Amino acid sequence: MEGPLVSAAEREDRRRAAVFGKVRRALAGEGEGEARREAVRERLSRHKANVIPARGQVDGESRVALFAEMAEKVSATVERIASPEDLPEAVAEYLRAKNLPSALRMGADARLRDLPWQKAPQIELKHGPSDGHDLATLSHAFAGVAETGTLYLVSGEDNPTSLNFLPEHHLVVIAASDIAGDYEAVWAELRARAEKEGLPRTVNLITGPSRSADIEQTLLLGAHGPRALHIFVVGKG
Amino acid sequence: MSLHITSPAFKENAVDALANVDLQQALAHVERGFIHKRQAAVDALPEFEALRREAKAIKDHTLAHLDLYLEAFEENALKAGAEVHFAETAEDARQAVLEICRRVGAKTVTKGKSMISEEIGLNTFLEASDIVPVETDLGEYIIQLRGETPSHIIAPAVHVTRSQVEADFRRVHTHLDPERDLTEPVSLLSEARAALREKFLAADVGITGANFLVVETGSSVIVTNEGNGDLTQILPRVHIVIASLEKLVPNLEDVSTLLRVLARSATGQEMSVYTTFSTGPRRPGDPDGPEETHIVILDNGRSEMLADEYREMLRCIRCGACMNHCPVYHAIGGHAYGATYVGPMGAVLAPALFGLEHTANLPNASTFCGRCESVCPVGIPLPKLMRHWREREYERHLKPATERSGLALWAFLARRPKLYRLATRIGLAALSPFGRKGRFAWLPLAGGWTRHRDLPAPAAKSFVAQWKARS
Ligand code: SF4
Repeated sequence: MEGPLVSAAEREDRRRAAVFGKVRRALAGEGEGEARREAVRERLSRHKANVIPARGQVDGESRVALFAEMAEKVSATVERIASPEDLPEAVAEYLRAKNLPSALRMGADARLRDLPWQKAPQIELKHGPSDGHDLATLSHAFAGVAETGTLYLVSGEDNPTSLNFLPEHHLVVIAASDIAGDYEAVWAELRARAEKEGLPRTVNLITGPSRSADIEQTLLLGAHGPRALHIFVVGKG
Repeated sequence: MSLHITSPAFKENAVDALANVDLQQALAHVERGFIHKRQAAVDALPEFEALRREAKAIKDHTLAHLDLYLEAFEENALKAGAEVHFAETAEDARQAVLEICRRVGAKTVTKGKSMISEEIGLNTFLEASDIVPVETDLGEYIIQLRGETPSHIIAPAVHVTRSQVEADFRRVHTHLDPERDLTEPVSLLSEARAALREKFLAADVGITGANFLVVETGSSVIVTNEGNGDLTQILPRVHIVIASLEKLVPNLEDVSTLLRVLARSATGQEMSVYTTFSTGPRRPGDPDGPEETHIVILDNGRSEMLADEYREMLRCIRCGACMNHCPVYHAIGGHAYGATYVGPMGAVLAPALFGLEHTANLPNASTFCGRCESVCPVGIPLPKLMRHWREREYERHLKPATERSGLALWAFLARRPKLYRLATRIGLAALSPFGRKGRFAWLPLAGGWTRHRDLPAPAAKSFVAQWKARS
């Protein structure tokens, strides 16, 4: 037993040394040190994709159509919008159709904040992270993946992560041109961005609204996260 | 302390399970639900087999270089502002978590679903230290209310029926109207959602597991459908990740490949709803997210597996496909295994983690039909590894001679399914020389399921006949 005289830091060091010692001993037969190091360096820096399914490898409008099809398959709803200027009215219409109060929370993302909200003056706009009592929130996606209808959302002041999980209805805007075929393409973009500002704290890949099948394997939407995920695809692919 | 392993009573557990009407009703959902959904997802992706081969290769490469990847992961996680803690044993991991909770004065912690937490008995330990752990995954919440352990690695409450959930909610949620209608699953879900929402907002610390730890970025990844894991890690001030050594994956491309086989194998989804990459604590200017991120990396017997033939088991990505396709699991559920990990993967993993002397029955809890291996997304030869445990057991002379010879006969029959079924249905008497006087050492399905514990022989209905007769 470690006595009370051992400091927390010393305990941590001992535990670390014990684990590394055992793992190194277990791998002692794996061969020469430098070759192994080189293999690891190469793997961590080359960013080489493995097999990428053919499904997502389509362009333009077909890619947008595949994204929408896959997202709808997992119970998201998708709405095409010609221009960002049309968003305030489309949002107002969504809230009305779902019998929701005319209130919406969003982050500081200029692509959302600077929209002509005067076109839908009835909507009460709130900003900042969610306090857990919002029925509807609006986020801007970083990217999308057609292969599985997946959205990428990144944390930060622009699009607080709590907006993705706390509301009943999560509304997400994505530019059609930001829809990629596969995850690998989005990682490449995120890496490029990370070189400048580091990786965001949280990257959420979201594929449909929250669900659970924990009660008798019956699929139910809206377990802890949103019951509804509504995606506005803006522009042409 | 902590873990209560009931594997030595496997046979009694199994007999009880077969006679348990509620359990049998609940288990029918496993067989009906998971198998077809997985198959449909596999059929919809022509590259699935190629992805499986790659997934296996990624894991093999990582395990062969695990020391170097651990160093690199630690370095990158630290760079991102996380703290990394290593734990050689379950006790080390519990202490690491407790030290953090104590330092920040935590009273309640919310928890995302984590099998490592189950493995180290974290909840009991925290409770004994006056910290209230609240499970937030719906299935985990249900079994926490019932004082049970998970019976499946991805569907922890799969053994519970809807009416049992209703009874538990009425018993615990006493502040609600006793006349409320809870007959529909959706009303149960809404009630749990409301009850847990308050807990999420009040917790001091959030504890999650990790499906993957990404070396390249120092990130931890959780894959969930409910969103509870995310609320667990973004709302409290402190986020603790507990994960075992073998969760490491080199880079984002490798994770993408593993993700493509994980959800399809697990639930038949193309992709789970939420796949979240968390890298360090919140950044300056971030309006939400934890202020501290800790990653506890657990060994607990895995480095020994790395050194021997059980290294292959460390490829496991905990999809649950092996148990979803296992006829023994379908018949008796997870609790009969009496260990944290159940089904075929548990039969290989539990002896490595908890000692063969406590779990020797589990590698025998199989018909060796091979379905588990055929669906495993990372190609783990589960029947072979189970057989190796049995051989080790004989080498250690843990078995009396009669059972050893009985086992040879059993193995002979098991390779011949028709004969096997026949023998188990009508031929019990023929096997009786291997049993003791008037008693029968339940040979047909698994000679040595329980040492020194016999059932009255012959059973009125064989095990195979009983599970055939269900539903
Ligand atoms: S052993 Fe294979 S099939 Fe079973 S849980 Fe692990 S990865 Fe899935």
